[in-house]
Amino acid sequence: MNNQQYITAYYLDDDDLMKSVKHIREKGLSINDVLTPFPVHGLDKLLGHRRSYLPQVGFIGGAIGAICGFYFQYWIFTEAYPLNFGGKPFASIPSFIPVTFECTVLFAAFSMFFAFLIRSGLGLGAQAKIHDEKVTDDRFMVIIPIDESNRQDSINHIEAVLNETGAKEVKVNG
Amino acid sequence: MEHKQFQFNNKVIIPSVLLLILGILAVIGALVTDIPRERIIANLHLNNVYFLAFALCGLFFVAVHSIAESGWHTSIQRIPEAMGMFVPFAGIIMLVLFIFGKHDLFHWTHTDHLDEVLLHKQPYLNSTFFYIRFVVYFLGWGLLGYALRKNSLLLGETGDIKYFNKQRTFSAIFVVFFAITSSTASWDWLMSIDAHWFSTLYGWYIFSSLLVSGMAVITLFVLLLRRMGYLPHVNIEHLNDLGRYMFAFSIFWMYLWFSQYMLYWYGNIPEETVYYYERLNNFENYFFINIILCFAAPFLIIMLRQMKRIPFVLGITSVIIIVGHWVDFYQLIMPGSIGDKAGFGMLEIGLTLGYFGLFALFVFRALSKAPLVPKNHPFYKESLEYHTNY
Repeated sequence: MNNQQYITAYYLDDDDLMKSVKHIREKGLSINDVLTPFPVHGLDKLLGHRRSYLPQVGFIGGAIGAICGFYFQYWIFTEAYPLNFGGKPFASIPSFIPVTFECTVLFAAFSMFFAFLIRSGLGLGAQAKIHDEKVTDDRFMVIIPIDESNRQDSINHIEAVLNETGAKEVKVNG
Repeated sequence: MEHKQFQFNNKVIIPSVLLLILGILAVIGALVTDIPRERIIANLHLNNVYFLAFALCGLFFVAVHSIAESGWHTSIQRIPEAMGMFVPFAGIIMLVLFIFGKHDLFHWTHTDHLDEVLLHKQPYLNSTFFYIRFVVYFLGWGLLGYALRKNSLLLGETGDIKYFNKQRTFSAIFVVFFAITSSTASWDWLMSIDAHWFSTLYGWYIFSSLLVSGMAVITLFVLLLRRMGYLPHVNIEHLNDLGRYMFAFSIFWMYLWFSQYMLYWYGNIPEETVYYYERLNNFENYFFINIILCFAAPFLIIMLRQMKRIPFVLGITSVIIIVGHWVDFYQLIMPGSIGDKAGFGMLEIGLTLGYFGLFALFVFRALSKAPLVPKNHPFYKESLEYHTNY
């Protein structure tokens, strides 16, 4: 995609990873991503990720679904094709509620699903970028972007910090 | 971390006893004024059932989390356990009330003028079987609750895996027993008030009401103990989870409420709609306030994650839910049992506060009898480090 280059390094243990992430961030380096074979609790906090906007997307999608679902039925039963069911009024709200509820759930789920796919660059035909095969097994990998304006200094600095933390196989990656 | 033992001292006894005295004064006040006797009995019945629901929710909370082997609940599990200790006492006051006031509450107990519908229901709705069921419920709940509590204290003290497995067995038995008895008990004590009417969803409806109001009471006690300086290890993550429970079960309650309402509205059969006709015409304020307090308010207030993480907002929401479900039980009991003699005044408010005092006394006493944290529970450490990302 772009030419941004990264430095990657391994740790063998999740405790080492946590300590190192803390150390790296204290040194003022930004961490692009951390790849782990299982969820490591507390890592998000250390990485300082801001919270995802996915719940808000879900709420807006759900609200749109509720309004659309309700209005669609209202329009059908009062204007487009009014039918008398058991002497009930045409606009009988209780009977609209189940469909409105389902539309809310459907729209919320789909909006979150597609928002996640688009935002994460996933979806049909997406190529998984595997930095190293070992990370799919038992290694914990840190990915740190290189500052392109001052390439060599940046590499040296990052490598020095990583070596302080006891990282394995520090290397520059495309 | 330093763990203080809960002190059952004047700081908690005096407010509880004051509330209890208020409740007794409310009843005495109602007796000397011209408030009908039926109204006092119906109110006592309402509060008996409502506070028993809190206690049962406490037991259910412990049982369900033990089966699921959840970790986070171990830091607060002494509170629902202590709430469960109210069950035997609730049984005694309920039995006394039924012996003296059964005829004012349940029309089917007037066996000399039963119509055809009630005669057909007589194999189930008769006084002998009613009392047999009553004894079975309270024996089951009381003994299983006692076993859960005692075993949990042993587990917290020793950390022995033997007690952990035993706890799961007791919990499984309790959940199965409770699944059946929560339904039949709600038929006995609530649905049989409108003896001609029936709903197949009723047991679930009461169960959801019990869950959400009990969860609100647990939250309130956790917040109270935190305020008093106990439970320093209960952090915002645990509160977030309690808030999530209240939020989710409020929606669940509304779901069941609507499922019941819509079928009767759609079917439009007179003997079924009479239930809602009564409530929508003579009790319409309670009917709509109930929905606002039990669904709309908690749904909108604690929808955002940030809101669940503010103790003050959680406290306000749990009070709203507790009041809301009191109104729920009010509109379940009053129209069928005493109809136009029902009212809302000092008796209702005072008596409910009195029951709160009584309930709080029981919970605080049970809390003081055991360490506040199960420090050797296998999951206790996990509970301390618990946090959520979503």
